[in-house]
Amino acid sequence: MITLHWLYTLAGAMFAVIALLSALDRANPKRLGNAAFWGLMALSLLGGDRIGDFGNGLLVLGLAGLAGFGLIGRSHPPTTSSEEREAWSDKLGNKLFLPALIIPVTALIGTLVYNYTPVGGYGWIEAKRETYIFLAVGVLLALATIFAWLRPPALAPAQEGRRLLDAIGWAAVLPQMLAALGVLFAAAGVGEIIGSLTKSVIPEGSVFLTILVFAVGMALFTMIMGNAFAAFPVMAAAIGVPLLIVGYGGDPAVIGAVGMLAGFCGTLMTPMAANFNIVPAALLELKDQYGVIRAQIGTALPMLAANILILYFAAFR
Amino acid sequence: MNYWPLLGIALVVIGFALKFNPMLVVTVAAIVTGLLGGMDFVEVLSTFGKAFNDNRIIAIVWIVLPVIGLLERHGLQQRAAALIRSLKNASTGKLLILYLLYRQVTAAIGLHSTAGHPQTVRPLVAPMALAAAERQHGKLDEETEEKVKAYSAATDNVGLFFGEDIFFAIGSIVLIQQVLATYGYNLAPLELALWAIPSAIAAFLIHGARLVWFDRALARHPRESGDPAQLEKLGSRFRGNDERP
Repeated sequence: MITLHWLYTLAGAMFAVIALLSALDRANPKRLGNAAFWGLMALSLLGGDRIGDFGNGLLVLGLAGLAGFGLIGRSHPPTTSSEEREAWSDKLGNKLFLPALIIPVTALIGTLVYNYTPVGGYGWIEAKRETYIFLAVGVLLALATIFAWLRPPALAPAQEGRRLLDAIGWAAVLPQMLAALGVLFAAAGVGEIIGSLTKSVIPEGSVFLTILVFAVGMALFTMIMGNAFAAFPVMAAAIGVPLLIVGYGGDPAVIGAVGMLAGFCGTLMTPMAANFNIVPAALLELKDQYGVIRAQIGTALPMLAANILILYFAAFR
Repeated sequence: MNYWPLLGIALVVIGFALKFNPMLVVTVAAIVTGLLGGMDFVEVLSTFGKAFNDNRIIAIVWIVLPVIGLLERHGLQQRAAALIRSLKNASTGKLLILYLLYRQVTAAIGLHSTAGHPQTVRPLVAPMALAAAERQHGKLDEETEEKVKAYSAATDNVGLFFGEDIFFAIGSIVLIQQVLATYGYNLAPLELALWAIPSAIAAFLIHGARLVWFDRALARHPRESGDPAQLEKLGSRFRGNDERP
């Protein structure tokens, strides 16, 4: 059966090659830092299950130290100039979109075929992970197509991958760090504390104000934790179930579904949700690392208000 | 109740506000929170390391980078921009509204991992949005360029967040169902997914309206690539006026 571990191996191999190329890049004064940083990521993906929890903890300290003390820096691997790219674009025309579409189309068709035809019944792929597996299949198909068609130098995929990965830098690892921080917050009981604090500010007897505290609490706690998944069980236990469902007789389906979506409004406004807000800022090479969040606040706040109204009118029909 | 672990949250907020390196902020906050929560140092570091290892799936998406990089090497961003320039009525707002709809609909049928910031926004959506903005506005100053890129990424997030919960077999729906089941409310995932639809419509209207406004703001500015005499006139009209989108 194809499992996630196959993908960890694939990604680990990629990080290992990039680490090696970083080490050999004499043009980058921080080449050893880059090599160590991506080398640790390769170690995590290839051997994370064998070095123990404490070993993984040390690995994370290493990553944080290398990034935090400025020991990694952007590299400039060999690539084409913008004039050459214009020339390629004119020469190849719109056919250039075809290899770009291989990845999403493979993931899309693969997922659909696997789930809605008898193929899925054979159990070839780890359950619930088929989209990731087909994403990787799409990557390999796209690479093969590009090589057959455009014949780039053999090292080009690794060098171009390194160019983009170094442009993203430590932001590529931050989402995983934040997920780990969320686990520590939960282990230290932060959820219970927030739940009891929120409960203490609720005025008695007002359905609307209770909904307001529930929805705003979801958004705020999501901003702290970086995802609504951590906030939902806490807010449900503190307000959603005892007050809104049991106390005022609200519809549990609406309170559950729209409560979660109120949390998503918080996700749009927090740097803690790094993979949605900080990584794209790095990926698009924005000067302002909070630029994406700034663009989202104007949607997030009206959406929070909309969710509060939906809760009020739909849960208490 | 032991309120000390909240200090970890305070550290994160202060650290991010002062723009310290987030990797350090997160690590320090994690260790402090764990220690204040009553763990010893080895236990804290082991918990942190295990959680990092359990979340390796987040790193998998980077395997698309070599393909995206290779395509950029052969002019994909330039081609995306050229395609938009060839369309007469293309505008940043219209393009992003179309992408918003595409993202919401595909996420709603469970195909949320088929698009995203590395796969679609950087190689296709952002260059197309920039090319459309240049058509509307003339050459972009740095601030406007940043804004077009930021709106491209924001549109991907809004489409994903307010589309994916309509698909009943997604993590957040399963989580809601499990949490409510522990209190004795057994709901079908489909019932929960149904109630994600009003918010999805609201998101399309609200974000779509902002994109229309953004479009108008872009079109209000002078086209520097136009007739020089006309430009001079426009320039003098706009120079003293610090109106920005």
